[in-house]
Amino acid sequence: MTSALLSVENAVVDLPTPRGNLRAVDHVDLAVGAGRTLGIVGESGCGKTMLSRAVLQLLPKKAKLSGRVMFDGQDLTKLSAEKLRKLRGRSLAVVFQDPMTSLNPVLTIGTQLIETIQEHLELDLAQARQRSIELLAAVGIPAPEQRLAQYPHQLSGGMRQRVAIAVALSCEPQLLIADEPTTALDVTIQAQILDLLAREQQRRHMAMIIITHDLGVVAGRTDEVAVMYAGRVVERAPTPALFKQMRMPYTEALLAALPKLDVAPHTPLPAISGRPPDPTRPLKGCSFSPRCRYSAERCASEKPQLCSAETPEHLYACFHPIAARVGA
Amino acid sequence: MMLQAAPNPLMKVENLVVEYSVGGKTIHAVSDVSLEIARGETLGLVGESGCGKSTLGRAVLQLRQAVSGKVLFDGHDLTTLKGEALRQMRRRVQLIFQDPIASLNPRRRIGDIVAEPLVIAGVKDPDERRRRVAEVLSAVGLDPTLVSGRLPHEFSGGQCQRICIARSLVLNPEFVICDEPVSALDVSIRAQILNLLEEMKARYGLTLLFIAHDLAVVKAVSDRVAVMYLGRLCEVGPSEQLFARPAHPYTALLIEAIPVPDPDVRPTQSVPVGEPPSPIAPPSGCRFRTRCPRADARCASEVPELRLVATGQFAACHHPLI
Ligand SMILES: Nc1ncnc2c1ncn2[C@@H]1O[C@H](COP(=O)(O)OP(=O)(O)OP(=O)(O)O)[C@@H](O)[C@H]1O
Ligand code: SF4
Ligand code: SF4
Ligand SMILES: [Mg+2]
Repeated sequence: MTSALLSVENAVVDLPTPRGNLRAVDHVDLAVGAGRTLGIVGESGCGKTMLSRAVLQLLPKKAKLSGRVMFDGQDLTKLSAEKLRKLRGRSLAVVFQDPMTSLNPVLTIGTQLIETIQEHLELDLAQARQRSIELLAAVGIPAPEQRLAQYPHQLSGGMRQRVAIAVALSCEPQLLIADEPTTALDVTIQAQILDLLAREQQRRHMAMIIITHDLGVVAGRTDEVAVMYAGRVVERAPTPALFKQMRMPYTEALLAALPKLDVAPHTPLPAISGRPPDPTRPLKGCSFSPRCRYSAERCASEKPQLCSAETPEHLYACFHPIAARVGA
Repeated sequence: MMLQAAPNPLMKVENLVVEYSVGGKTIHAVSDVSLEIARGETLGLVGESGCGKSTLGRAVLQLRQAVSGKVLFDGHDLTTLKGEALRQMRRRVQLIFQDPIASLNPRRRIGDIVAEPLVIAGVKDPDERRRRVAEVLSAVGLDPTLVSGRLPHEFSGGQCQRICIARSLVLNPEFVICDEPVSALDVSIRAQILNLLEEMKARYGLTLLFIAHDLAVVKAVSDRVAVMYLGRLCEVGPSEQLFARPAHPYTALLIEAIPVPDPDVRPTQSVPVGEPPSPIAPPSGCRFRTRCPRADARCASEVPELRLVATGQFAACHHPLI
């Protein structure tokens, strides 16, 4: 996709640890265009947060990144700290799982919104204040004017996440990265926040990346999904194609392991045995091979590369992909 | 109230009220809750964060004193038992927590952690303790010879939860409260632990109170489900029936809000904006009325009682959906 707003090319993130090098992100390619939503799905430790931090150029100091992160025509890995700071909050915004990561507990909500707006946009105080009120209203906060004087701790978790989203949207970013934005919230609030993100993404024609461990979250709300396992993208496809025909055994297993409402109580769940490999001890073959029910000889000795299924948009890294096995 | 689960429930909670006092204000964490759990049954308890699920669990175990109400375990009222009598009864009731890593002492070896309830219960013979620890560790899928000498930090979250489950089972309890046992675990590990809990239930003949905020998780393991909102029970009924035909508007809202892993199911945009009100000043009448699409004047003035709406299904609502 040449028209992509963001493209991550061959990204590798290495972290030195006392146990040896930890490859958090292993040769990842991704792209997302304006007005599109990409879901990144994976379990804890699979590298999804490190990948998003690599995009934002907010990696831990010790981390080493190679590859390119092209955003709006420029390589972010080559930008100065000053240019990056300007870009973040202006064109590149982020919403974290814990809204307190992005909110300052000792400043009022009004101060935080107004300061962010004034730092990036040429608006006077009255204009910035007016815009803050509009934003709070847009994210569904009742009585927005009164809220400007409140501190984050005076709000519930769901309200705080709305404020964090308002701050992220305040400068009309081109790309919004939402890292597990609803994991800490209750289902009813989760649905509201996801609706809100989808609505604002459409209205602003933003590009959006939703990072989550929940396949249910990406199913109805993304255009494309990338599934990560042990630092790599193991399957990537337009969302409908992925759910219609999963090719990679890990994706299939992840979906099967979810408890479902239409299954009778006490039905044993198809669990995935074992657990992900130690990231400081990478496997020679397919990282999923110790847990994969389809694993064969080649899987343990050779690493499967991403290749395309019947359409070039549907990629998977597996020697024995699912449909090919059917009837074989 | 007719909440009869069986003629002889193992656990029976009657009109339980639990409050916290914070800065001179009263938090109404659990208000007039009654429940029954039959021997061998799993009752699921769902509700949003802060609705009082954990408080209810802790009050049942007498880890938190109730303001009023009874907790009848096998006919004995735990709220009035004291000293040795309470200790004897408590051995038969165990708790598994949400955060497996935090609930294990980081400086003690796994063998000692799992043996601790035996020590407290006065099992003096070290060989006997070792034998029972080995038995229960094997039962939860861990190799006793490999894990007994190691420390908690050497284990993953899923393995720590197995250790916690082993510790809770070592005294052969009859009743186990699982407070969000899989919420902190990854999807692939979650299914393993849920299956393990089911196996352990069969093997040790357990009765379970299974607390979670995830409806699909609760349904997977529960015979009956109780839905809680802001300190009160909204609805209780057989799992399948409750999910197929919810009677309480809050149950319906919870079911509707679950993200479905199917792109053809468009997420509903109908979930009303609004959040649970404060448990310090809960709304008058029905506590759900500030978010309820069916609320009317009566809902503000009159507390709805749990009433039978279908076989085995009870709802506390003036205008139930069925
Ligand atoms: N030790 C405490 N002191 C004061 N208030 C408390 C205490 N523990 C809980 N509460 C309050 O009591 C109410 C019920 O809390 P509880 O922990 O029982 O809810 P919960 O349903 O288990 O929530 P979660 O899903 O977040 O675990 C909440 O308003 C909570 O803030
Ligand atoms: S490459 Fe082999 S081990 Fe890996 S997912 Fe495919 S079948 Fe399973
Ligand atoms: S009693 Fe009234 S407010 Fe409460 S759930 Fe029923 S209809 Fe809604
Ligand atoms: Mg709790």
